[in-house]
Amino acid sequence: MVHDSIIEVEGLTKVYHMSGRVEVPALRGVDLSVKTGEFVAILGPSGSGKSSLFHIIGGLTPPSTGCVRVAGHDLTNMTDRERTALRRHSVGFVFQRFNLLPTLSAAENIEIAKHIAGDRQTDPRFENLLSLLGIEHRLHHKPHALSGGEQQRVAIARAIVNQPPILLADEPTGNLDSQNSKAVLTTLKTLNKELGQTILMITHNAEAAAFCDARTLHMLDGKILAEESTGRQ
Amino acid sequence: MIARNLTHRPIRTALSVLAVAVEVTMILMIVGISEGLLSESQRRSRGVGADIIIRPSTSSAAQSLGTADIPQKLLERLAEIFPEIKITTGTALTTLGNLQTITGVDWERFTEMADGVHYLDGGPLKNQYDAIVDEVYARYKKVRVGDTLNLLNHDFRVVAIVESGKMSRIFIKLETMQELMGWHGRLSQLYLKLHDPTATAATITKIKALLPSYPIYAMEDLLSQAAANLRSMSAQSINVIIGIAVTIGFLVVMLSMYTSVLERTREIGILKSMGASKAYITRIVMRETLAMCIVGIVFGYLFAYSAKVAIETFFPLIAVLILPSWVFWGAFIAIVSSLVGSLYPATKAARQDPIEALAYD
Ligand SMILES: Nc1ncnc2c1ncn2[C@@H]1O[C@H](COP(=O)(O)OP(=O)(O)O)[C@@H](O)[C@H]1O
Ligand SMILES: [Mg+2]
Repeated sequence: MVHDSIIEVEGLTKVYHMSGRVEVPALRGVDLSVKTGEFVAILGPSGSGKSSLFHIIGGLTPPSTGCVRVAGHDLTNMTDRERTALRRHSVGFVFQRFNLLPTLSAAENIEIAKHIAGDRQTDPRFENLLSLLGIEHRLHHKPHALSGGEQQRVAIARAIVNQPPILLADEPTGNLDSQNSKAVLTTLKTLNKELGQTILMITHNAEAAAFCDARTLHMLDGKILAEESTGRQ
Repeated sequence: MIARNLTHRPIRTALSVLAVAVEVTMILMIVGISEGLLSESQRRSRGVGADIIIRPSTSSAAQSLGTADIPQKLLERLAEIFPEIKITTGTALTTLGNLQTITGVDWERFTEMADGVHYLDGGPLKNQYDAIVDEVYARYKKVRVGDTLNLLNHDFRVVAIVESGKMSRIFIKLETMQELMGWHGRLSQLYLKLHDPTATAATITKIKALLPSYPIYAMEDLLSQAAANLRSMSAQSINVIIGIAVTIGFLVVMLSMYTSVLERTREIGILKSMGASKAYITRIVMRETLAMCIVGIVFGYLFAYSAKVAIETFFPLIAVLILPSWVFWGAFIAIVSSLVGSLYPATKAARQDPIEALAYD
């Protein structure tokens, strides 16, 4: 069924052109299909191309060759402007380093994502979401006054405030201690289970993937290896 | 968010604000001083109360100041021939250096033509070496009635201080001037006042027929011509100063926004990852620039006003006239130069590759 595949990747390659004509092949033929509402975890050693894959799916950089469809958009020949629109409406990013704007409060960080997307009215469900994330009482603080786990949950709130069909989380617990990691993973799991949010998560940690009840994929040398299921189906 | 970013680096922001303030101040002051001198000299010329002015026949404009070539008899002849003329008076004047002129006048006729002169202290010129100065000059030279003033290598006694705004700042008797300068029976300029000022043009035509070799002007024409001449003469130096001011504002704003953009490379990457367009990023940089610029303009106005007060207090001979149109143009020039200065940093920010920017430390 095509209609419930929100991400379709076929034969995707990505070559970075470094200065001095050095070419770095980061992806060497990736095939991937993700259904709406799925939670997919991608594991793999560092340098295996996980982030590159996310950057392409999220429209931060164009693919070199291959076919990529995300939320109904063909990314193959997208212009810079179209990729910007894709980032604005179709995906939300969560990074290892939280990437909150340091001069703005938590609430303002979330606010600005709405502003960029064109200041649409707040979804009343979003209020619920904030309490679901357990950060509603921390919203007036600046990022530096928040714990890592809180910052990451603010980042998650920011990533989904415009209700993108896809949430991409690149090692969201990579900078967190186990307790904070658990809070963040619980949050992601809840989003997926309760709101049906499609989530792709990169992690170093197989336990994290298992905790989230995610379909787990392994990457190595720019390719996705054999697929295993952790009992979601 | 704009305020937050600007207060994040208070010194840098303050420097940019200062640069814009200096830019605005320089523009307002250079134009203000030039316009001030012009309007003050025009006010004094108007204060004479004449409708027509006759200058020496030989004169190129530059020579007319400081010579006396017009036969004094002409004054009486004109009054006899033309019934339109109400009063005539002639002056002999020369310059004293520092742009001041000293004027020899028939005090009675002059005050009649000027509709009276307001004495702040003292009374009319009587004796040969009496002098009258206006209040500005008196303040500047700190002279009072009764003091001795050395003019044209001669000691004069100050007999009055008058309100400024009529012809000259320093007056002596016409005969004294003529004697000191060796200008017996001759005048530098003739002033004619008519019964009916609307007859000015017609009367000039008639006098010209009689005195074809003399330049004869309506006072108002002469003033507007003089204003145009002065403005075109000073335009170049004013433009140079404005150019320097604009360059200062432009460069400081550009450097400031450039470092600010560089410093926030990562934040720009974050915004781009959220889908901020090039236009959105450009707008952020431009808005910050504009905010900074507006604060700078307000300070510029304050500085310019303070400078005006200071100059007029310590150098009373210089009048500073800040015209409303230049209050607008000063701000306009500052805004344009700042926005142009922020163009490159804004473009650089907008063009950032999001992945590189996110990897930036
Ligand atoms: N912007 C880039 N420019 C050049 N090379 C890059 C860039 N991003 C990643 N790479 C290279 O591509 C390969 C895959 O990197 P990445 O996608 O970050 O892998 P992972 O996230 O699994 O660690 C690495 O060899 C890395 O050095
Ligand atoms: Mg990575």
